[in-house]
Amino acid sequence: MLDFLRQPWPWYVAGPLIGLMVPVLLLIGNKSFGISSSLRHICAACLPARIPFFRYDWKNEVWNLFLVAGILFGGLVAAQWLSGPQPVQVNEKLVTELSGYGITNYQGLVPADLFTWSSLLTAKGLILMVGGGFLVGFGTRYAGGCTSGHSIMGLSTLQLPSLVATICFMTGGFIVANWVLPFILKL
Amino acid sequence: MSPVTIKEKEHHKFLISNSDFEVRSLDAVCLNESELKHPWWYNFKYLIAGVFFGIILVKAEVISWFRIQEMFRLQSFHMYGVIGSAVAVGVLSVWLIRKFNIKTIYGEPIEFVTRKLNKGNIIGGLLFGFGWAITGACPGPLFAQVGTGATATVVTLFSAIAGTWFYGRFRDRLPH
Repeated sequence: MLDFLRQPWPWYVAGPLIGLMVPVLLLIGNKSFGISSSLRHICAACLPARIPFFRYDWKNEVWNLFLVAGILFGGLVAAQWLSGPQPVQVNEKLVTELSGYGITNYQGLVPADLFTWSSLLTAKGLILMVGGGFLVGFGTRYAGGCTSGHSIMGLSTLQLPSLVATICFMTGGFIVANWVLPFILKL
Repeated sequence: MSPVTIKEKEHHKFLISNSDFEVRSLDAVCLNESELKHPWWYNFKYLIAGVFFGIILVKAEVISWFRIQEMFRLQSFHMYGVIGSAVAVGVLSVWLIRKFNIKTIYGEPIEFVTRKLNKGNIIGGLLFGFGWAITGACPGPLFAQVGTGATATVVTLFSAIAGTWFYGRFRDRLPH
């Protein structure tokens, strides 16, 4: 059993399990599945700075902070006790492309050639971590949700704004991954 | 046909003015009174749900930067399979909840909120897409990545919090 859990889970196991987060959160407390709002609650709790957007009682949404704390802990559990020995198996074309940028280490889920403390001192690392993170936080809140809030919860309730947002997430990702990221990785 | 009362109209206004899909307590009328009476430690159920979600994210390699690059280059079906089947299960469960009027474990009716389309869904959506391709992470995976011990991703997470803060700070100057 444990050996089975240690292998990478196929999409048809993981996808439905992720989808089940929707009814589970609704049933155990009438909550809409969504992760990115936790970033807003952190702002509201730590640095509201009299900004109207952050002036609300974040304690009413504290369940969301429990959820993300759980996700962090779940990542730890999976990495400590459920990780398999084999590195991520990706498409050969991607391996060839990435090796051209000097990315060859597939041991971690996050590339050790890019996302490290020491690479923070390089232009590439700064753009990837600080710039990329900023876009994630700014964009999700501007869009009113993220992959979980829009693409899973919003689509599950058949909402047009969520479909539009999801199409834009994918469009933005396609543009940057194919035509912008290569230039950043060459830095 | 039931007449639309003033209260219902105000309720509707509230739902529309809160453009955030994920922050329900701001839908003032929707605020669930009975939920507030629960002691704080009832929130541990969400912590447990989060642990399971975090494990799934890691084991499905959804939080892998490499998998996200594959997805955006159409080199693998994996991510599409994950997201597609997750949505299918979500749609089916929401349909079942509505059809059979299923209540929460505390017997409350389950509420769904609809929102209006705004420009932010498009502009913000594109910006998030840019960030997703660069970091290989959406907000859920950001927390999971930190948990797996890739400690430098704390920087990405803090930067995402800063991005959210800047959005809040300049929100009234942005097109919506």
